[in-house]
Amino acid sequence: MLQGLEAAGADVLEVGVPFSDPVADGPVIQSSSQQALAHGMTFEGALQLITDAKLSVPVVLFSYLNPIVAAGPDALHRARAAGAHGVLVTDLPVGEDPERESWFGAGPLDFVRLVAPTTPRERMGLIATHGRGFVYLISRLGVTGMQDEISTSLPGTLATLREVCTLPICVGFGISTPAHARQVGALADGIVVGSAIVRAAERSVDEALALTRSLRVALDEG
Amino acid sequence: MTASVADSGRFGAFGGRYVPETLIPALDALEVAYADALRDPAFVTALEDSLRTYVGRPSELSDAPHFSALVGAPVYLKREDLNHTGAHKINSAMAHGLLAQRMGKTRIIAETGAGQHGVATATVCARLGLECVVYMGEEDMRRQQLNVFRMRLMGATVVPVLSGTRTLKDATSEAIRDWVTNCEHSHYIIGSVVGPAPYPRMVRDFQAIIGREARAQMLERAGRLPKSVVACIGGGSNAMGIFHAFVPDREVELVGVEAAGHGLATGQHSASLAQGTPGVLHGALSYLLQDADGQIYPAHSVSAGLDYPGVGPEHAFLKDSGRGTYVSVTDDDALAAFGQFSRMEGIIPALETAHAISWIMANAGRWAPDEPILLCVSGRGDKDVAQVAEMGIVPL
Repeated sequence: MLQGLEAAGADVLEVGVPFSDPVADGPVIQSSSQQALAHGMTFEGALQLITDAKLSVPVVLFSYLNPIVAAGPDALHRARAAGAHGVLVTDLPVGEDPERESWFGAGPLDFVRLVAPTTPRERMGLIATHGRGFVYLISRLGVTGMQDEISTSLPGTLATLREVCTLPICVGFGISTPAHARQVGALADGIVVGSAIVRAAERSVDEALALTRSLRVALDEG
Repeated sequence: MTASVADSGRFGAFGGRYVPETLIPALDALEVAYADALRDPAFVTALEDSLRTYVGRPSELSDAPHFSALVGAPVYLKREDLNHTGAHKINSAMAHGLLAQRMGKTRIIAETGAGQHGVATATVCARLGLECVVYMGEEDMRRQQLNVFRMRLMGATVVPVLSGTRTLKDATSEAIRDWVTNCEHSHYIIGSVVGPAPYPRMVRDFQAIIGREARAQMLERAGRLPKSVVACIGGGSNAMGIFHAFVPDREVELVGVEAAGHGLATGQHSASLAQGTPGVLHGALSYLLQDADGQIYPAHSVSAGLDYPGVGPEHAFLKDSGRGTYVSVTDDDALAAFGQFSRMEGIIPALETAHAISWIMANAGRWAPDEPILLCVSGRGDKDVAQVAEMGIVPL
């Protein structure tokens, strides 16, 4: 599946370490997390998937604080050895736990930080200085999941973030169709598609790969 | 000892704000609004008036002659069961409702386990004219049908939560997801001293009226402070409420009673402080029931209000600092105490409270005849009678 996504045109792959209580996620990721846990998936298991896939595109681990911290003090080094390049933690905002943030920040992975539509401009600047790799901009209020329309506030938020941020900006949450990809791709440096691909994969891997190819085409056509 | 550390949103190492970025500005705004409200005499007066004329405060301090005889020491009951809606939960819900109104929020979100917090929130929303959405695990809706009916009767929307264990933990996650989506016009009224800062401190402050009243009532009635203050603990709001005024009184023992469920050794319990390890759930660092991979494992208690795999961060701090003593009582012992206490005192306690009652019973003889015990009767047990009857403990 990971190799297929790379071949289908993904530039970066996010691999989730499931958490039992994913408060930032909508029904699709909740359900896939529960299924993964029921099948025995762990932090170590996720690293094994990355190792086995032998990818040439970068991999970003995404999860919640608790399962990553539980994986032990050398968890980030093990992840790097497995081939991961970045890490994204949905429940560790900038400035809330300096000790753990510096553990992530000083580690071997790019620590990707998130900006929300509610984040004030000054705080955006603070977040941008704490992040590495890219900044993940959440497109709208709410949890992960698909939607029909891209939030009308996105272009404004993105423009404000650009003023204070030199890192590439990738936009996620709610991007699920080639039309969304074209629309957001024109504004941002990258798009993040999660729930739509997971839902397609629930039906078949082929469907997930077909969706990914169509997103790639939409981005390339601009 | 807690005031200064709590200002940072932490109680020692515990607490914090481990939430999606989207909520940080909402928590900042809440912090500011809360501080402003406390400085505003109009808010303070409105809250005091509501607590007196609507909730029915101050709650009484009752003696318990038969129970005291059994224990061998005078036991005083702080009667939060006599509040409007039948539990302590309304102390905080009322304050939060007034604060939400002040902040211009028109929609209220809450989670509930036993339903008492949901009922208190639905009540306050009806009173203040606010829209109310309550998340409740499907399993808890079955156990607490009466409370589901009460919430709906008062106009609240009760949303069944089908994910995970279908209990309080999952209802809380779902309430947080709603809040992340609707934080601009909705206020989240969390039901216990849990969640991201400033919630644990706010709920503690709003519940601290229990201990302030009880401390004055003890001095008046018993002529001294209690030897021990005993309360049940799920998230820990009634316990933190009654403990807070006594924290500086070093000679007063503070005892929190967790749910040992089927027994600590079975792994099926809700004793986060006794058996848990530090971790992050629902926005705060505290003791949690979790496996080696950091996954939260399902709590169990016969009492829906204690059936939660975490605990308020201030309790974690009181435990580690040695100021609080934390013990646990099994389902079976709590059920026995539920019946026994009802017969002895003519007070049907909530199953949650029955855990605290059971621990005192089991420790009869631990106190000298002149050492009074203060028990927080967190709520009334009417909500539990159908469940207990169904279990065949007491025939209906």
